[in-house]
Amino acid sequence: MTRSDGWAATIDAVAIPVLAIVVALVLFGAFVAIYGVDPFAAYGLMFEGAFGSAFSWQNSLLRSAPLILTALCTALPARAGLVVIGAEGALALGGLAAAAVGHALDGANGMVTVTVMAVAAAVIGGAWVALAGALRYWRGVNETIASLLLVYIAIALFNHLVEGPLRDPASLNKPSTPPIADDAMIGAIPGFDVHWGLVTGVLLCLAFWVLIERTTIGFAIRLIGDNQKAARLAGLRLGGYVLVVCALGGAAAGLAGLYEVAAVHGQANASLLVGYGFTGILVSFLARHNPLAIIPVAILIGGIGASGGLLQRRLDLPDAAVLVLQGILFVTILASETMYGRIRWRLPSLVAARRPA
Amino acid sequence: MSNAAEALGWWGVPLAVIGGAIRVSTPFLFVSLGECLTERAGRINLGLEGTLIMGAMSGYATALHTGSPWAGVLVAGLAGLLFGLLHGAICSLPRVNDIAVGIGLMLLGTGLAFFLGKPYIQPKAPGLPAIDLGWWSSLPQVQAALKINVLFVIGVICAPVMLWWLKNARLGLVVRTVGDSADAARALGFPVIATRIWATAAGGFLAGVGGAFLSLYYPGSWSEGLSSGQGITAVALVIFARWNPMGCFYASLLFGGAGALGPALQSVGVTQGYYLFNALPYALTLAVMIIACSPRRTLAGAPGELGVTN
Repeated sequence: MTRSDGWAATIDAVAIPVLAIVVALVLFGAFVAIYGVDPFAAYGLMFEGAFGSAFSWQNSLLRSAPLILTALCTALPARAGLVVIGAEGALALGGLAAAAVGHALDGANGMVTVTVMAVAAAVIGGAWVALAGALRYWRGVNETIASLLLVYIAIALFNHLVEGPLRDPASLNKPSTPPIADDAMIGAIPGFDVHWGLVTGVLLCLAFWVLIERTTIGFAIRLIGDNQKAARLAGLRLGGYVLVVCALGGAAAGLAGLYEVAAVHGQANASLLVGYGFTGILVSFLARHNPLAIIPVAILIGGIGASGGLLQRRLDLPDAAVLVLQGILFVTILASETMYGRIRWRLPSLVAARRPA
Repeated sequence: MSNAAEALGWWGVPLAVIGGAIRVSTPFLFVSLGECLTERAGRINLGLEGTLIMGAMSGYATALHTGSPWAGVLVAGLAGLLFGLLHGAICSLPRVNDIAVGIGLMLLGTGLAFFLGKPYIQPKAPGLPAIDLGWWSSLPQVQAALKINVLFVIGVICAPVMLWWLKNARLGLVVRTVGDSADAARALGFPVIATRIWATAAGGFLAGVGGAFLSLYYPGSWSEGLSSGQGITAVALVIFARWNPMGCFYASLLFGGAGALGPALQSVGVTQGYYLFNALPYALTLAVMIIACSPRRTLAGAPGELGVTN
């Protein structure tokens, strides 16, 4: 790759997603305008509801924490060339495992309980997504379809266990697992109203970025993603890497379930399954599967989600407005994939011209 | 339902499963036929779940405003056609992943339907008519099981017609060639991109009609929890049916029956495992994929251009 190509790629990586977001916002504005709402009022309220005050920042960050973790479940396998969309299942089963373990260890030391819960959530989540990777590698089953099917199987298992064997008899209206002890709850980051899931997510993003970009394992993973045949010729054992990226991604999504249980709801019930796993796919694609880019993108998407309530109250828009915007955003982002490398930026030509031959 | 089951005891279970299979399978049938057509042309449209919900909403709203459920079915199909066109057009851009675009359109279709469908949750729209095939029986359960909707009949006719068409019609040949090898299709002078776009659009039309069945016949009203993932299942179902329209028909009946088993057992007092029965179609499809795939050969019957095969 020449230096001017590098420049163009960098500008592409920033400019094209920004352009796609702008196009999506314009389309959404047009949509609400047809509905009879002033689009600029909607934009203003969206900003206010997402990032306008300390309270809305906290709300946005709170929503971004599970999105960062579930996005990693798509991003890591994507670097090895796999499209895995199974985060929702890993989140459900990870959260359920955390709740079950947390209840079983009732009375034990809080720190110990939290640690065991975290391990359980990560292992279950990791194993569930690794299953899709294993099927891909050893049986040639398409990992996208397999991971999607596993999501629905996981949700059914979750519902079955929460409403049956693991149900707290005291939960009448909303079937739930028994609440975990107070000292096993994960608190907020001191000085903020945001739980530690955000810090975990950011740290994991940093760690996975280092793993992918700065280690030989990461180099192997990227090679597999770029050219499977070359990777095979280089003597890489593909199966191991496929399992590792899927398991690590699934473990991250499982941790999202842990924090939803141990930091937000205190028990596992239907409140866990609000689609963080599916929105995480959007975050990962928007970030082009780059772990570092996932952090700001998740905060942005979390902010859009947080602003939904305000749009509903002030402008009388249905709460699905957020879903519409997310859908438009998703489609424009994916369509923009086609633009990479096709725009001739002026800067690269200057850089290229100045470079000694 | 519970009274009927009491009178018949356990015999009510197979009867309810048959009736349920017919009722529940209709949306499966339409969505899977649509997906089958799209996939035979070499594209996967995962967005049919959104198309189905959009069809359900637009069909219901149209039936309410015009008073004609058939106008609703038509509008539902046209809404699906638009979504199919959108998917087909976006995926025709180079380097755009059709599976991912499908997920995006699933989100968009669901969001739009919920957004626009808010005012239609309460009012009651006229439903689609049914044919009573159970008139000969005095048992109300038998009559209920054999109440067949006209759309089901249309779907049953569609399946063999599509099979014949794919095999014998010139356009069917074009679709199959484009789906099996874009290079061969180009060499023969067939328009690859255009064929894929209209095959996706036509598939969207069928999925939209399947959605209209949900809101206009069974369960027969518009609500946000209307679809229980039929659009997703249909993608799995097409794989299960090995891309054969008649296979889609049998698989729809099977999946419909599996879906009806949970509620039927619940009505005779078996409440254990209700959710596990819901997962049966997904587990079944996964099992078929595991058995039928292997790293060295693709699924038998799979169109060669399909991303799902490797």
